[in-house]
Amino acid sequence: MPTHSLPSGQVEWRRRTPRAVLLRWVCWLLGVLLVVQCWQIMNADTIWEFVYDAPAQGADLLGRMWPPRWSVMDKLWWPLWDTLNMATLGTALGVVLGVPVAFLAARTTTPSAAIARPIALLIIVSSRSINSLIWALLLVTVMGPGVLAGILAIALRSIGFIGKLLYEALEETDPKQIEAITATGASGAQRIAYGFVPQIMPTFAGISVYRWDINIRESTVLGLVGAGGIGLQLNASVSRLAWPEVTVMFIAILCTVAVSEWVSARVRAAII
Amino acid sequence: MSATTTTTGRRWRPPPFIANPWLRLALYGGVALYLALALGTLQVNWGRVAEGLVRGWAFIAAFGSPDFTSRWPEIYEGMVESLTMTVVSTVLGVALSLPVGLGAARNLAPMPVYLVCRAIIATSRSFPEIIVAILFVKMFGFGPLAGMVTLAFATIGFMAKLLAEDLEDIDEAQVEAIRAAGASWPQLMVYAVQPQVLPRFIGLSVYRLDINFRESAVIGIVGAGGIGATLNTSFDRYEFGTSAAILILIIGIVMAAEYASGIIRKRLQ
Amino acid sequence: MLRIDDAKPMLRIRGLTKTYRSGDKALDGVDLDVPRGQLMALIGPSGAGKSTLIRCVNRLVEPTAGEVVVDGGPVTGLGGGALRAARRRMGMIFQEYALVERLSVMENVLSGRLGYVGFWASWLRRYPQSDIDEAFRLIERCGLSGMHDKRADQLSGGQRQRVGICRALIQNPALLLVDEPTASLDPKTSRQVMRLLVELCAERNLAAIVNIHDVALAQMFVQRIVGLRAGRIVFDGPPDALTTETLTAIYGEEDWNASRPTEEDEEDEAAARAIAARLAAEAR
Repeated sequence: MPTHSLPSGQVEWRRRTPRAVLLRWVCWLLGVLLVVQCWQIMNADTIWEFVYDAPAQGADLLGRMWPPRWSVMDKLWWPLWDTLNMATLGTALGVVLGVPVAFLAARTTTPSAAIARPIALLIIVSSRSINSLIWALLLVTVMGPGVLAGILAIALRSIGFIGKLLYEALEETDPKQIEAITATGASGAQRIAYGFVPQIMPTFAGISVYRWDINIRESTVLGLVGAGGIGLQLNASVSRLAWPEVTVMFIAILCTVAVSEWVSARVRAAII
Repeated sequence: MSATTTTTGRRWRPPPFIANPWLRLALYGGVALYLALALGTLQVNWGRVAEGLVRGWAFIAAFGSPDFTSRWPEIYEGMVESLTMTVVSTVLGVALSLPVGLGAARNLAPMPVYLVCRAIIATSRSFPEIIVAILFVKMFGFGPLAGMVTLAFATIGFMAKLLAEDLEDIDEAQVEAIRAAGASWPQLMVYAVQPQVLPRFIGLSVYRLDINFRESAVIGIVGAGGIGATLNTSFDRYEFGTSAAILILIIGIVMAAEYASGIIRKRLQ
Repeated sequence: MLRIDDAKPMLRIRGLTKTYRSGDKALDGVDLDVPRGQLMALIGPSGAGKSTLIRCVNRLVEPTAGEVVVDGGPVTGLGGGALRAARRRMGMIFQEYALVERLSVMENVLSGRLGYVGFWASWLRRYPQSDIDEAFRLIERCGLSGMHDKRADQLSGGQRQRVGICRALIQNPALLLVDEPTASLDPKTSRQVMRLLVELCAERNLAAIVNIHDVALAQMFVQRIVGLRAGRIVFDGPPDALTTETLTAIYGEEDWNASRPTEEDEEDEAAARAIAARLAAEAR
């Protein structure tokens, strides 16, 4: 908090020095310029007539979506089962693949900090950067549409999530407990089994259930790119402009997500 | 060994994870039954999968020689769209999340405002971005504007919820002190509330910028602009070299953004 | 009760030196022999190298130079399985217990057998019945009867340290390395734990090095005291030989006769308390 002497001899107090004030203004100006520039580039091809029309379009859409065509629900039970399976089996596979990656990535457990650790970190960042929908897009191209592509997409995205949170937990373990196990003459594998595993178990269970919850949410839309589940039906109804059916699917998705969130919250509360 | 009673032959098993044997049995049985049903009803066209292995290998090989050049104009345009969408939607979403977050804090807002703001947050958070994008594309037409609105809408829910939680956790003593000095409501916000929540709010905004970029790569699939459309096309045409190039760019930008946001968040603390 | 066999000490240390990467010399040419059955206390100010010394013995800390021989077998220079086999013969007891908090008492005690059983047996908790018998015996001997299925984080400090002692003893060690066993305990529990250690060492004829900062407590229970200062041994003798001069040599200048020490360092305080108690006893 700088003070500043005026010629009259009074001391003036300002929150910031004049330099800092100037710098802040310049930063704000640059920020605003950036946003305006982005806006212009982004909207270079925008057809504004459509945009002015948007409220009317929205109202029209809502009107067509109501009332929901509940009869379509009969066709949704099987896709919902597929959705649940994609999320659950995908999470299981993600856990199986993500746990070893985490052990390779953690400074405390990695067998080689020079080779294994960077590779594990690269796997984690690649898996995390790419949305499960993109993984699904890729896998559907490679192995054809279906639930299997969805399971693998969910698993590939989960590796990074589980790997990252678990390796951070592994690096935060209490070193004294590990030291005590080492001092008994335990082997490397035994040190992990007795020193690390009990310490990270609650975190691990919490992460897995949390990821399952996210995966339920994500697997509801994987069908949009052909990977099975309720998203497949949604895609079909949207392309046929069958909006009353779409409403029912939205409600089904919302209920599934709400139930999975409730289950995940209950299980996590029980673990802790 | 002196002064010890004989305990030879006493058996010991570790205590089971779930104490009630019936519950344990039911749980294991349930898991086994579910796995059997789930794997049993899994419909997989193994012939198609086997066929795909070759293509999968071609794709992995493409990462060794990504093709940036042959589709560069499309990649460039898609990336610029994604980045501009990200910036505009984050700024807009964060700006709009301020009033919504204030309104959703139980300790600061009157009941009717609280309910309305919580409803906005719940709506924004319930639907996956891609579904919201479908609706906005119908409303605004194809292009990045629809994508930007989608991401801004998702940002509002995300930021407002976390802001409201932070506001509900603020230190009441500081608010009391400023109120005791005779401050008005806006003064109270600026002097007592803002300093307590601002650093974390800025950190979360940077984090959201990161998320919005990743999401911007996805919503192009349904026509909401951005790199997703280019990526989708490259997959459809089996141009794996181009796909690999785009994925590498996405991973690179996300890594750079994470690195930068890490530095920014460290500075703030 | 004790057989002191100088010809073949249980632990033999020659020229042990440890220089940390920061350049700090924690140990500087330490020579030390501990015979079978002897309980030896290692005293000295913070940073004198007490903790480094015992960790160099089982190589949790890698010594820079020197030689460690336990029960006739060299420990320095071993690697992999041979080092693990050597560690089995050395039980270690820690300052803050270092139990695996989320495992039960029994699992913690049995973890002392890790060096003897294979990975899958330990993972599935299928220990030989003889190990389980011994674990129950030790749990009972250390006053923890009926607590074998309690989780370690539910125990009190004194109980945890008893579990730590069981874990070290089930290794069937030749040598005990004890690092500040009473630092986190209240005075009464400290004495109980020290007494238990003394009794167990006598029962099993074990050699033991006990790092301890409470000099009075050390004098009460051990047969030999070694004073360490700046990585060198500056005193080695029976508890009675510890005089004002030797305490000054170990801990530095201080008015050992003052009844209320003003030093902030708690280790110095403890040493001062010890000498005050001794002088009071002599005056009587």
